[in-house]
Parts: sequence; structure tokens; C-alpha cells
Amino acid sequence: MAQQELIVIETLCSHYEIEVSFVDSLYSLGLIEIHTVEQTRFISEEKVADLEKMIRIHQELEVNPEGIDVIFNLLRKVDDLKSELAVAKNRLRRYELENQ
Amino acid sequence: MAFIDYYSVLGIDKSATEADIKKAYRKQARKYHPDVNPDDKNAEQKFTEVNEANEVLSDPEKRKKYDKYGKDWKHADQFEQAGGGAGRQQRGQGNPGAGFGGADYSDFFESMFGGSGGGFRQGGRSTKFKGQDFNAQLELDIHDAYTTHKKVLTVNGENIRLTIAAGIEDGQTIKIKGKGSPGINGGPNGDLYIKFVIKNNTKFTREGNNLYSTVEVDLYTALLGGDIIADTFDGKVKLKVAPETQNGTKVRLKGKGFPVYKKEGEFGDLTLTYSIKNPTNLSEEEKKLFEELQKLR
Repeated sequence: MAQQELIVIETLCSHYEIEVSFVDSLYSLGLIEIHTVEQTRFISEEKVADLEKMIRIHQELEVNPEGIDVIFNLLRKVDDLKSELAVAKNRLRRYELENQ
Repeated sequence: MAFIDYYSVLGIDKSATEADIKKAYRKQARKYHPDVNPDDKNAEQKFTEVNEANEVLSDPEKRKKYDKYGKDWKHADQFEQAGGGAGRQQRGQGNPGAGFGGADYSDFFESMFGGSGGGFRQGGRSTKFKGQDFNAQLELDIHDAYTTHKKVLTVNGENIRLTIAAGIEDGQTIKIKGKGSPGINGGPNGDLYIKFVIKNNTKFTREGNNLYSTVEVDLYTALLGGDIIADTFDGKVKLKVAPETQNGTKVRLKGKGFPVYKKEGEFGDLTLTYSIKNPTNLSEEEKKLFEELQKLR
């Protein structure tokens, strides 16, 4: 069975020098998942990279959690569009080859 | 080592106040920050320039030096010799663009201020920072992407053994944890991101796990039916062509496509499009026979 590495939220907050309330806001907006085990709250290690990105956007660009939500939604759309474009390019290449 | 007009980089004039500089910097940083412009080398470069401009203009001492020598930057070296390298003591606090494959500061900056400066976080806190992520690109032939194989990469002098699973996609990126640059102030190492570029010089077009190709069928086989041998990606297959097959007819060969990434034994499909080839250089006798046939229709 796959094991999931979990990191205590307070440890992360002190490491990145952020308020626990900031993590709570991200959670309430559905931007991160929080696991609770015996009343201790954790974040999955594999999601830390996303959290780091949110912290950078917050600290370096002074964007609040709602703004981060907007940015992440737009980035997801950009990713989807990039994938669609790649598929469309492949399809076009195929039709071009077929009609040569 | 071209002169860089830091004021125009931030879109401000020379009389800008500290507040104007901060405001302009924030605006530009929001526009070009690598986290909001993933995989955009242009934005990354702009972001470095904006950081560099802010680094100089937000520091009264550096700004004074820049205003005095900036346009006549060739004298900066003499200035350095006479006055010593302001800014060096800040080296290592933070890292502009850390984690984004961050570009270095310009030669112009280096010549004026000697080395990278304080960077994006201006507080000068000795916070632990994750080391810079490395981004690498690995070109693979489509035949290599068809089978699981091992490769040894050398990144910054370190050999990294990599198992590339069959079915890897063009443009797919894999992350190798902790193989980026070392962390700052005891922070964790950065990660290594490898983007795969799959070169395809075969007659097969790949869309995800499915392959597409065209196969020629001679006129008589298309009209009367028969067997043909068609190429698949890893061999050949015998196909039955039905009588009166039309040009452009497609046949789907299940499981003859590309391997599904990390799903051993699973393959996509291969779609073959029949391209009917008419005979050329007809003999007189053939022409006559075709005319006979034409009359029958």
C-alpha cells in the first residue's frame, strides 16, 4: 500500500514564517487539503510544492488568498488550453500528412 | 555589457520617490513573476531585470552610484577600485528567481555593483530557503519512448540514474526530488525537472497512446479484396482488405498503438488509413480494358 508523508502544519508555518490563519484561508478556499490525525493537522508532502508557490505569491506579490485562488484557476485554464493546443497541432499534422 | 536603463525597466522617471519605485516594482513583479508565468523564458528574463532595477533603485546608495555613473558605465570599474564593492556583503540573502531556474543578473549589474545582490526578499531575514530548482530538457527518439529504459544524466557534475517508463509523452515533465541546487541557510535542496522532447521521424503520428498512419493499397486489391502487409510500430501485420474498399477507409488495430505510461502491458490503438494507389504508365491493352469496364458502368 502506498504511504503518504504528512507534515504538521505548525512546523510548516514556522519554517516558512507564515501565520496558521493564512493556511486556514487557503484551506477554506479549497486550495489545499488538510489531513487531521488525532487532532493534529497535516499537509501531504507532495502538496508542499503547491503551498510554497502560494506562499511566494502571497509574500512576494502581496496577493491575498482570494487572489491566489483566481491565479490558480487561471493557471489551470492556461494549462488546459496548452494541452488542447498540443492535441490540435498533432491532429492538424496528421491531416496534413494524410492529404499530402 | 550593455547599459540598462533601470528607470525605464520600472517605467518611472529619474525623480521617482522611494514610494514610486516600490509601487512600480510591485506592479512589474506581479506581471512577470515566474509563478504566474510558468515556462515563459521571456517573463523570467523580464523578472530578473525588474529585480535588478529594484535592487539598485530602492537602495539610496546604489541609486546614487547608478545615477552618477550609470550612463557612463565604462567608468564603473574605476569607481569600484576607488570606492570598493558596495553590495557584496548582501550576497546570499535570498536569491532572485530562486526556484524558477532564475537567470543571473546582467553583466552591467555585476560591473557596477559586483555580484548578485539582496534579491527579491528585501527583509534580509536569515530564513531557510529551498535551493533553486533545475530545469533540463531531454531529447528522446520515439523508439526510445516506446520501451522502458535506463539513462544516466550528468547534471552539474553529478550522475543521475533515470528509468524512463515506456509511453512517456512529448512535453511531459518529471520531477527528481532534491537534485536541484543546495538549500540556502540549511533549507531543502531544490528539485530537478526534466522535460522530455520526443522526436518523431517515423511515418506514425502519435496522439497520446494512439498511433495513426497511412497504408497504400493497390487499385485491384481495393476493388476485388485481398491481403496486404502493413507496418505497425514494432513490426508488420497482415490485413484483409474487403472488396470495393474506398479511398480513405480507416481500420483500427486495437493494442497496436503506443504503450500506456506506467501501465505495463497496456497499449493504445493504431489507426491505418487506406490510400488507394492507381496504376500509372498504362499499356494500350490496359487502357482498352479500362475503357471496356467504363462502358459497362
